[in-house]
Amino acid sequence: MNIREMVEVLNGKILVQNHDPDEELPRGGAADLMSDVLAFGSEGMVLLTGLTNPQVVRTAEMAGINVIVFVRDKTPPPETLELARDSCISLIRTGYTMYEACGRLYQAGLPGRGPVRIENNSW
Amino acid sequence: MKTIHGDMSTQEITKVQELIYTTRVESVMASNVIAIDPSFTMSQVKDLMRDKRISGAPVVKENQVIGIVTISDVIRSMEEGKLNFLVTDLMTSDVRTVSKDAMVTDVVNNLGRQGFSRLPVVDQDGTLVGIVTTGTLIRSLLMQMDKSFQRNEAEKLYTYRASHIFQDISSDDTSLLLRYFVNEKDFDNAGKASSLIKRSLQRLMLLPQIVRRVGVAVYEAEMNLVIHTDIGGEITVEVRKDRVNVSTVDHGPGISDLKQVLQPGFSTAPEWIRDMGFGAGMGLANIRRVSDVMKLTSSPGQGTRLEIVFNFRNDSLATTRSPQKA
Ligand SMILES: Nc1ncnc2c1ncn2[C@@H]1O[C@H](COP(=O)(O)OP(=O)(O)O)[C@@H](O)[C@H]1O
Ligand SMILES: [Mg+2]
Repeated sequence: MNIREMVEVLNGKILVQNHDPDEELPRGGAADLMSDVLAFGSEGMVLLTGLTNPQVVRTAEMAGINVIVFVRDKTPPPETLELARDSCISLIRTGYTMYEACGRLYQAGLPGRGPVRIENNSW
Repeated sequence: MKTIHGDMSTQEITKVQELIYTTRVESVMASNVIAIDPSFTMSQVKDLMRDKRISGAPVVKENQVIGIVTISDVIRSMEEGKLNFLVTDLMTSDVRTVSKDAMVTDVVNNLGRQGFSRLPVVDQDGTLVGIVTTGTLIRSLLMQMDKSFQRNEAEKLYTYRASHIFQDISSDDTSLLLRYFVNEKDFDNAGKASSLIKRSLQRLMLLPQIVRRVGVAVYEAEMNLVIHTDIGGEITVEVRKDRVNVSTVDHGPGISDLKQVLQPGFSTAPEWIRDMGFGAGMGLANIRRVSDVMKLTSSPGQGTRLEIVFNFRNDSLATTRSPQKA
């Protein structure tokens, strides 16, 4: 699935575009906890989240994530948009809830990262 | 210099291949196509080609391409005294077209191997919507490459220069020390240091896996300085030939029960921090997971020190990526 197709599936709107719409997305993930993003995020993954503060963009940058989707039609504050422009991160908004946005993408063929190994009760 | 250049052209070729396979014909065609009406005589075709400076054009009847006429057809009509013949008598009517939704690979195959120099582009209904020639193809591919290329080019140069620091500077043991100051509760700048550290390590051409691990750890550590300290703190990153050492130091409030804070899920972060997506109590656990050594020391009331080590495994090869790809 590429970015264009994802936006279509989500009936979404591109808020900040830093990537070619034809760019392929290897997998998706969803989190509202930044530590989760850092722990489970992988290079190139698209992140679905309900948070819109600038830290989401920073966290994505550190986790190697290029594309963030805000669910429930949340509009991020201008600082978030600005940081995304500076950090070469693309932002997308969708009206679907987290559950439905993830479901639609998964059904359309965007995979997740598979089972996570839990070590000494930390992950 | 030679090897660098060689390396870049290999990358360029892959980029071209990628573009050819992923770009649609529609985006490389010329859409202001000059079409010729079947009622034209060869003499009119000749004048049109001269005025518009073109060497060929599709012949179109009711939006459908019925043939193609080129400069060599014009020459032939002159030689054979057929300038007053209709274009439909001399054009090539077995014309190959390409769909606007096809990939550029299709065009490359047809233009090159079959000896066609131009391909009319049609939509689903067979209506002429554009034309693609070797010229339009090369021009638009170059433009697309330029866009992504320019962005990376400056970065690549820096990367190359920075990565040489360990070879260019001679000492018994060279290391590079980067220092960053972090303010408490300054959420506008929180993460900035980590972002700069990540970019610096990329420029030094450390392996992407190492950059990623250091990035995750240093970001969690920086957020702890922002969230949990009274007066901020300092991050030091020491890049050595065989490892990266990261340390964060702050001057309060300190931690009274070290065992407790190391427990995954334990957090003293207030509600408003949690609302921002932090304070899940997984930061130190995350740092431990991505690093080789993590050491947390603290004196309550005085301050906290966190030391993190990342070793480069299987040594020489893994340390830094040489720009001259083996
Ligand atoms: N530099 C620091 N100074 C004081 N306390 C700290 C510091 N770093 C971490 N802590 C304590 O350790 C706890 C756990 O940290 P961490 O695992 O990063 O989780 P979180 O930051 O989500 O609370 C924090 O809630 C805090 O009480
Ligand atoms: Mg933390």
